[in-house]
Amino acid sequence: MSKSMKSLAVASAVAAAVVSHANTASAQSKEKCYGVSLAGQNGCAAGPGTSCAGTSTVDYQGNAWSLVDAGTCTEIKLPEMADGTARSGSTEALERDLPS
Amino acid sequence: MAVQSQFAQALLDPAHPVPDGVVDPSGRPAGKRFNVYRNNVVVSLLDAMETAFPVIRKLIGTENFRNLAGLYVRQHPPKSPLLMFYGTDFPAFLDGFTPLAHVPYLADVARLELARRSAYHAADATPVPADALSQIAPARLMHLRFTLAPALQIVPSPYPVVALWDYNMTPDAPQPPAEAQTALITRPAFDLHMQVIPPAVAAFLGALRQGNPLDTAFDTASALDGAFDLTAGIVLLLQSELIVEIHL
Repeated sequence: MSKSMKSLAVASAVAAAVVSHANTASAQSKEKCYGVSLAGQNGCAAGPGTSCAGTSTVDYQGNAWSLVDAGTCTEIKLPEMADGTARSGSTEALERDLPS
Repeated sequence: MAVQSQFAQALLDPAHPVPDGVVDPSGRPAGKRFNVYRNNVVVSLLDAMETAFPVIRKLIGTENFRNLAGLYVRQHPPKSPLLMFYGTDFPAFLDGFTPLAHVPYLADVARLELARRSAYHAADATPVPADALSQIAPARLMHLRFTLAPALQIVPSPYPVVALWDYNMTPDAPQPPAEAQTALITRPAFDLHMQVIPPAVAAFLGALRQGNPLDTAFDTASALDGAFDLTAGIVLLLQSELIVEIHL
């Protein structure tokens, strides 16, 4: 693409985008309004340390590794790997040896 | 100094003896009290990890997650007092954690959860009005460089990371399709917005974020996908309120 052709292509894309954006966005102009974000979106996005943390519950400090309860990983269908191995999760016990 | 480092080591290692000088009011070694204290340190970090990575927790189950996080918090204690950013090394930790190698998407899901948090806590930025672009001479447009919103996050993955996140966090979300997904996370109008974008669009945004002019970003994206639609790319920039500064 020649330089003038590209300049034209970029210019027309920008013009089209501005028009398209103006048509979709003009009706819904936004203003700053704090503290009204959706609870679900905030709660999970804000992360630890951002809400009052509960008092400590007893936990064990051991490094025991057991896989008893499974989450949702087994329900998720994923593509096979290059060698054809299935990629879904598993409820089987995992190898017990841990990296040091 | 030696006392402090001994104390710090003992905090994260339950097998480590109670540090010298930790005594009760009558001067006897306060092993029980110290154990309560170090238990609370680890439990608070486990809770932080659970808050930070809810999807990972759901994927492997709460008990597994706490065991896994227990290993992580001892290998990667916080480097910053900002707990809201704790866990930045977790994706790399998951990549190297062989017992979970059969769930290869975990690390990318963790990257997505981290990226969402970074976007949420990124600085506010006022986007330029859309008509700012139409006031620039058409011949200049291809040379424009932009400063993009600090909240912008792009997470590429060979796995359906966005669908995996949705499936675990949104009620009635469909099962993840078997496909690679690149996540775009933006924060227009203060709420996070996450969507899947094609790799060419990610390349376009990435090139712009690095300070490349519009025509170079266009070339970068077109090289990846000949059908890349520049108009759609710019509409995305405007709708997601990503342009905060225009450099002529």
